[in-house]
Amino acid sequence: MTDQQVPGGPLMGTPGDDGRFGEFGGRFVPETIVPACEELAIGFADAWADPAFRSELDALLADYAGRPSPITECHRLSDQLGLRLLLKREDLNHTGSHKINNVLGQALLARRMGKNRLIAETGAGQHGVASATAAALFGMECTVYMGEVDMARQELNVFRMHLLGAEVRPAKSGSRTLKDAVNEAMRDWVATVETSHYCLGSAMGPHPYPWMVRELQRIIGDEAREQCRALLGGDPDVVTACVGGGSNAIGIFAGFVDTAAELVGVEPAGGAAVGRAVPGVVHGSKSYLLQDEFGQVNEAESISAGLDYPGVGPEHSHLAEIGRARYESVTDAEVVDAFQLMSRTEGIIPALEPAHALAWISRARSELAGKTVLLNLSGRGDKDVGQMMEILR
Amino acid sequence: MTSTAPPGVGSLEAHLRARRDEGRKLLLPYVTGGYPDDWPRMVEGFAQAGADAMEVSIPFSDPMMDGPTIQEASARALAAGWTPPKVLDAVSRIDPGVPLIAMTYYNVAYHAGHQRFATDLATAGLSGVILPDLPLEEVGPWVEVARPAGIETVLLAAPTAGDARLERICEKAQGFVYAVGVVGITGERAELSASALDIARRLKAITDKPVIVGVGVSTPDQAAEIAEVADGVVVASAIIRTLLDGKGFDAAVDFVGELRAALDGG
Repeated sequence: MTDQQVPGGPLMGTPGDDGRFGEFGGRFVPETIVPACEELAIGFADAWADPAFRSELDALLADYAGRPSPITECHRLSDQLGLRLLLKREDLNHTGSHKINNVLGQALLARRMGKNRLIAETGAGQHGVASATAAALFGMECTVYMGEVDMARQELNVFRMHLLGAEVRPAKSGSRTLKDAVNEAMRDWVATVETSHYCLGSAMGPHPYPWMVRELQRIIGDEAREQCRALLGGDPDVVTACVGGGSNAIGIFAGFVDTAAELVGVEPAGGAAVGRAVPGVVHGSKSYLLQDEFGQVNEAESISAGLDYPGVGPEHSHLAEIGRARYESVTDAEVVDAFQLMSRTEGIIPALEPAHALAWISRARSELAGKTVLLNLSGRGDKDVGQMMEILR
Repeated sequence: MTSTAPPGVGSLEAHLRARRDEGRKLLLPYVTGGYPDDWPRMVEGFAQAGADAMEVSIPFSDPMMDGPTIQEASARALAAGWTPPKVLDAVSRIDPGVPLIAMTYYNVAYHAGHQRFATDLATAGLSGVILPDLPLEEVGPWVEVARPAGIETVLLAAPTAGDARLERICEKAQGFVYAVGVVGITGERAELSASALDIARRLKAITDKPVIVGVGVSTPDQAAEIAEVADGVVVASAIIRTLLDGKGFDAAVDFVGELRAALDGG
């Protein structure tokens, strides 16, 4: 299916200067940061085409982050579910999630563009920890915005960021979760744009972020495709990943979009932006967005701080609209079950975020019977153990 | 009164040009639509205290361009149930005698639909709109619908823009050019930033449209200083601060009066 085309170029190709994926995307930001977004788009395109930049990043990903991440075949879970389940083990990366892939790329780019301070938003804390890590590695300053509610439920990650030398500032407005952390990070950037780089953690925000983050995360899909071909002699039938902003999903989808594999994104029921399919504009791009009848953004509600977000990256909205990917949603209760299922059956404690994808597989197992399913295990569950202890006790 | 307004300019721009050309420095106070409860009375009070036009915000849940002061007022207005139709309905019931400009974020317009939102603004008696997250490259489809409906779209011009970009913004701006005085979000500042004077000078050198500086203009002295270069000022957070501090209607109106006096040279 390599002939799949949409207007403006091949599917999941390079967007034009308007940063559009179909009707979604764009650059809806205050005028003050438009020049910085333009500069970043040019800077990234230039770096991404530069073999020296690519080899420096590849070396960091290998020697520092521990790539490539392996594929693990889940024999016991497969037997239990009546399908063949493979995990792409992003949980084994340094810092414990896929977030490091994006952050190393953006930190290298920031250095190349002469910016010595990173601003980041974080939900569960994984992107904050990854940003703090990269800042320490490169000798940069780092300020991480985190919702007050999330700081309470992810206390350990807050301390990790402190250990790594980052400043963590609470976002105290609105729902005091990821959405509000993004608002605060953007406000910081509006004020410090001349010296700071906004190291956005997901495939969302104004152009070039959705494209840049996808490119920095596509290593997940590119590796997995090769690994699957070696293991299976072909592509999996289904590729699935959790979707909040959607960076781990867009990264693994990028490796399979031109194959026959079905692509399935799994959203939390309380944050199913694609599931409800109402377009809106917030945080710099047009995409599906949870909102009320007047366009006020609704607060998402999820057990997972990393998916507790009312929007979604614009390319997911596009993939949903053209039917190339489908999006399902699962409840918090199903996620709690899946979290325990993977822990007990495979000896792998998943992060709550990818546990969403397993929850969907588990529910859809009759539809998936006999199929080969690749799940992007985007992060490990250590950060969630305290929260799960409260829930299960 | 003779206006120097070129043919085809909207009523907001014509009004501001006419006053400027009389030698008056323009004062645009800001009112949060929905805070405090008697805000419509405040719009009328500010007009009597010497406002030349006014920004009336339609509160949005995620005000990316706003600092803590405006955020707080917006959050209180939303919590008190001020939806966009309710704000617009209240606006339609007042007649301050000067043009009113809606200030909101793009999703409010996008979700309502361009045509409906533009019509609703015009029906409520508003002359213009400021959508701070709808920059030059994205504003086209909105302007195509808003202008024929009688709504002028004010564009922001920031210190971070190069000269070529400022020229394109000035060309496309309607009503006036909103010069962002600081590299940053709205909020009170103790000192007037050098960037405010700089951006005002740069804009005045390339456009004949009214150049009004906002963001970071907090005191009568700052207003007077910037008005030596610019055609006028927007004052927002400093006004809302007096209200959040519980100083009440009269204090806010008095403050607008002090700004007026400072701009008038006294």
